[in-house]
Amino acid sequence: MKILVPVKRVVDYNVKVRVKADQTGIDLANVKMSLNPFCEIAVEEAVRLKEAGIATEVVVISIGQTSAQEQLRTALALGADRAILLETELNLDSLQVAKLLAKVVATEQPQLVIIGKQAIDSDNNQTGQMLAALTGMGQGTFASKVVVADGKVAVTREIDGGLQTVSLNLPAVVSTDLRLNEPRYASLPNIMKAKKKPLEVVAADSFGVSLQSQVKTLKVAAPAVRQAGVMVDSVDALVAKLKQEAKVI
Amino acid sequence: MAILIIAEHNHQALKADTAKTVAAATKLGGDIHVLVAGFECAAAATEAAGLVGVTKVLLADAACYQHQLAENIAALVVDLGRDYSHILAAATTHGKNFLPRVAALLDVAQISDVIAVESADTFVRPIYAGNAIATVQSADAIKVLTVRSSAFDAVATGNSASVEAISQATDAGLSVFVGEELTKSERPELTAAKIIISGGRGMQNGDNFKLLEGIADKLNAAIGASRAAVDAGFVPNDMQVGQTGKIVAPDLYIAVGISGAIQHLAGMKDSKVIVAINKDAEAPIFQVADYGLVADLFVALPELEAKL
Repeated sequence: MKILVPVKRVVDYNVKVRVKADQTGIDLANVKMSLNPFCEIAVEEAVRLKEAGIATEVVVISIGQTSAQEQLRTALALGADRAILLETELNLDSLQVAKLLAKVVATEQPQLVIIGKQAIDSDNNQTGQMLAALTGMGQGTFASKVVVADGKVAVTREIDGGLQTVSLNLPAVVSTDLRLNEPRYASLPNIMKAKKKPLEVVAADSFGVSLQSQVKTLKVAAPAVRQAGVMVDSVDALVAKLKQEAKVI
Repeated sequence: MAILIIAEHNHQALKADTAKTVAAATKLGGDIHVLVAGFECAAAATEAAGLVGVTKVLLADAACYQHQLAENIAALVVDLGRDYSHILAAATTHGKNFLPRVAALLDVAQISDVIAVESADTFVRPIYAGNAIATVQSADAIKVLTVRSSAFDAVATGNSASVEAISQATDAGLSVFVGEELTKSERPELTAAKIIISGGRGMQNGDNFKLLEGIADKLNAAIGASRAAVDAGFVPNDMQVGQTGKIVAPDLYIAVGISGAIQHLAGMKDSKVIVAINKDAEAPIFQVADYGLVADLFVALPELEAKL
């Protein structure tokens, strides 16, 4: 069974981002970039399925600038077998990304696509669901457990209020939630080995998919700053403030 | 052109998110239709018809909608949705699950987590975990939006819109419901509660969350947790408040033993009043708190419970 894992290069989750003064976007100059955390979990899950003898090949794919090769190499160091970069300078929306991935699914024919539930830059949480729709596959989103058996995948999903388990026919799309696994650290020998693994670069505009977004960003602003309040010195003072000043209890 | 809202419900009753999504829709202009797709869900449809601003309720009552599987709900919404200017759902795990599927099948973009409506085609949404706020304009013929319900006040009830039964019932045959484990609690749900008390890594273990329960009972509050507490295995993930958990905006949010990581603040900083109890006076949570108490939570919590 072949598993396809789409991954994204994003601002590292420890970085406190700053809005550009002209409000056109986020200042990305000299900011540390990393593999999106949910994508890392997706790679880990695919590699574990390979180690368990269920998957035979793990292919990682990214869409973006040349620099995204760094994150593909990271994924290869974590245990993926080969990588594909669909290269473009454009910032694509989830729909364009899903359309490009659907083209790759058509040629690669994976039995399972494991994808992060959202990228921590745009926070959209759309691509996996869109890819499933465009390829006519079932979807198991926000997975905290994935079991592949008998041509099906059982996905336990994190939903509001608890957990839900669905069974999907293969091929299917699974999107990862935080508790699915804890990704490993890439060892130095694996990082060295990853440099020799195949990484194919294809122009994103060679698939006949329109890369033009219908959504225009007019402005990116910093959020309103919350004023710090007062410190109280005792539980009594706190209860008094909540009752008499804030009137919330 | 009218607006279609997909209701969130448990078949018997609507979730509070639906009335808040209707509130967002009233800012767009146009008739508002609410689709209640479920199984034996007429009661939820009647409730939807009572929401002020709703002009019509569509009731799709069939076994294939019982478990709200994304593939089946999306197929229905795509069938109905082509005649609408906007399609909205709450940005809950349900809305996030099926709505991108709808958008892709209609060949339009989705705008996720809308927190303000500027006009019929221009919307405001947080990015980078709320550390930046983007204003975006959509040129798509149908605007597909998920709405962050904590950003809108629920519309009132007392309306009596018509309820129209629709007969479509498509089982896409791609997925099968296996089971569900819902957290049973007498307390209000996190996203609907007026008061929330949350514990963080400072709680030290899952047992100590009992210290929050007495207070929650007295205040009729929901209990939440930071990602650190969830990652440490103290409590299940559905209690998580934050960028990767639930986004809440209650009247009162009490953060106990929570340092105030960016990812947690993203989930609760729109609360009306924030209280922080932490023994570390330097904890960043105090920078957003209206009332801060530097104290050992194991002393402060029993005292607080006694004094409420």
